[in-house]
Amino acid sequence: MTPLLETKDLSRHFKVGSKLFSHRLLHAVDDVNLTINEHEIVALVGESGSGKSTMARLLAQVYKPTTGEIRFQGKDVAQLRGRKDQLKYRSDVPMVFQDPFASLNPVYKVSHGIKRGLKLHRPELDAAGRHEELLRVVTAVGLNPPEEIIERYPYELSGGQRQRIGFAQALAYRPKLILADEPVSMLDVSIRIGLLNVMAKLRDEEGVSILYITHDIASARYVSDRVMVMYGGHVVESGPTETVLADPQHPYTQLLLSAVPDPRAPLEITSEAAKAEPPAVIDPAPGCRFRARCPIAVDQCMHVTPLLQPLDPDHKAACHVTAPASAGAAAV
Amino acid sequence: MSTPPEPTAPAKLAAPAEPLLEVKDLRIVYDSPRGPVEACSGVNLTVRPGEFVGIVGESGCGKSTLLFGIAQLHSAPARIAGGEVLFQGRDLVTLPRKELNDLRWRELAVVMQSAMNALNPVRTIGDQFKDAILAHEKWPEERIRERSAEVLSLVAIDAVHLESYPHQLSGGMRQRAMIAMALLFTPDLIVMDEPTSALDVVAQRSLMVQIKELQQQLGFAVVFVTHDMSLVSHFSDRLLVMYAGQVVEFGPTRAVFDTPSHPYSKSLLDAFPSIRGPKVPLTGIPGDPPNLADPPAGCRFNPRCPVVKDRCRTEVPELYTVASSDAVSPVLSRCLVHHPAEPLGVPLAADVNIPIVPEVQSS
Repeated sequence: MTPLLETKDLSRHFKVGSKLFSHRLLHAVDDVNLTINEHEIVALVGESGSGKSTMARLLAQVYKPTTGEIRFQGKDVAQLRGRKDQLKYRSDVPMVFQDPFASLNPVYKVSHGIKRGLKLHRPELDAAGRHEELLRVVTAVGLNPPEEIIERYPYELSGGQRQRIGFAQALAYRPKLILADEPVSMLDVSIRIGLLNVMAKLRDEEGVSILYITHDIASARYVSDRVMVMYGGHVVESGPTETVLADPQHPYTQLLLSAVPDPRAPLEITSEAAKAEPPAVIDPAPGCRFRARCPIAVDQCMHVTPLLQPLDPDHKAACHVTAPASAGAAAV
Repeated sequence: MSTPPEPTAPAKLAAPAEPLLEVKDLRIVYDSPRGPVEACSGVNLTVRPGEFVGIVGESGCGKSTLLFGIAQLHSAPARIAGGEVLFQGRDLVTLPRKELNDLRWRELAVVMQSAMNALNPVRTIGDQFKDAILAHEKWPEERIRERSAEVLSLVAIDAVHLESYPHQLSGGMRQRAMIAMALLFTPDLIVMDEPTSALDVVAQRSLMVQIKELQQQLGFAVVFVTHDMSLVSHFSDRLLVMYAGQVVEFGPTRAVFDTPSHPYSKSLLDAFPSIRGPKVPLTGIPGDPPNLADPPAGCRFNPRCPVVKDRCRTEVPELYTVASSDAVSPVLSRCLVHHPAEPLGVPLAADVNIPIVPEVQSS
């Protein structure tokens, strides 16, 4: 089966430095292979600066890849020519943004944005059809009563309600894949769950796939089917969510897990790694990018970039120590 | 620096019987065209020297208003409609402006929510430290530099960053620089308003550990406001849960977590997913916090409460001591259903000093 979307060795580098002819390159995303199947929520997890938002923007075609390709339903996205194809892709793969207070236009009612999207992406609908669809998507994201909600202005809604409008807007395009970049990080803890439940409902009832980008691995566990952990532009571990979290192989995944505040569990000892910060990956030399913070780094990590090795068919990790290349080969 | 907070540390701070901060029946009102809105309705709170008190609740529950009231940073349309804020025995509400200014930063410092906005983007970190010092002391240039470098090193930032502008620091470093700034005069109380909310989990965790270590090293007390109850679970000594401008539960952190006495505390606790154990479907808390201009009759939590009874809709619950709780560090709750009350008669346990430190186990 062709996956809904896959990337092949996707990289994006940015030129940095104030000098005019600066050739220093920041490697925001390096050689990422990502697959998203239909009806699936994939979580992309990492710290600030790990390249996860750059991934979302690459997939949304805000940035063009430096190298590598994105294949959507088997077709190379870079080959899309003409407004019609481009529009089609954008309606198939819409984005939901992080800040619900900034992403809705404050001077229009919330119906405005959804209706504009419908006009643009679904020209087959007449005014009555658009209104009906508007009510349908607002109901689908759990806002009741829809007739009343659509007449409101953004300031009349709470943060959680606004973010639901964000999802309704995306849903109106009949999307295949929603790119959700930190959709709940600005919300109160008590309403985050409601929105995560909406995401699961969209997958189960509307059949959309979601790329859920987050730094909170606990919420990723709650809602996602598969998880990919990014560090310094590389994918360091990926696999079915429960498998990865039950038995994390990469030291960075272990660090992320230990940082989640959990009153039900005793406080774990903080390693030095928790205090350091992710590197700005400028003109990187080969080697593992996590090595400076890694408690178990060996010599090899300084010189050889670890590649993702399959541990069992689905679970992969990129670590010389816990997932050495030979063992991976044996497992396959 | 790599070990978690030592459980023994606060014990040495246990000696003074006087509470450092005592908030008595504080009422803060926002004057709106449609009448006054009470965001803080008769809050009582005590903080002992060297204690870490967490204040949790959803947005719009009045926790930031309370904090602004404590630091006397509220501005119109907010005003104090009643009550006292006793800090080291002096009432900050009635204290003349000049004396208040003397006391601020030296003895009571504030760390704001967003370090992005709280630091001036066009001036270096060192310049901003200098401003803060010169507002209180006439120190020579070298001494200012020395002290600035010293507090920066406390939060593990290299002194070269005194020459840096805020945008040259990462989010976590900016927030730590804010904390360093609050430490310039080694205050007795630091009030923090969601200092970690803009950070990711790893940076957040490391900041919390650092705050706790500094607290044990320097002995200041912390009032820490957050909407994420799980965040303070391992760091605060006592926890105050606010809902709709009122205290609904106040007690030792472990007791509030292990046996929440108010349904709102329990709902908050159940609202975030766990990374361990079986995956259970969660619902969060349905609905929104009430409009404080027109709070619900009876118990303010009744429209969202999972265990609501008829009497909750008419009877106003008072804060009472939970009978089964510890006698010296009792749990206070405001729920009619959970515990038919003996109304609150005892003082808020200000004079008792039981170090309640989260259990630390290595894994």
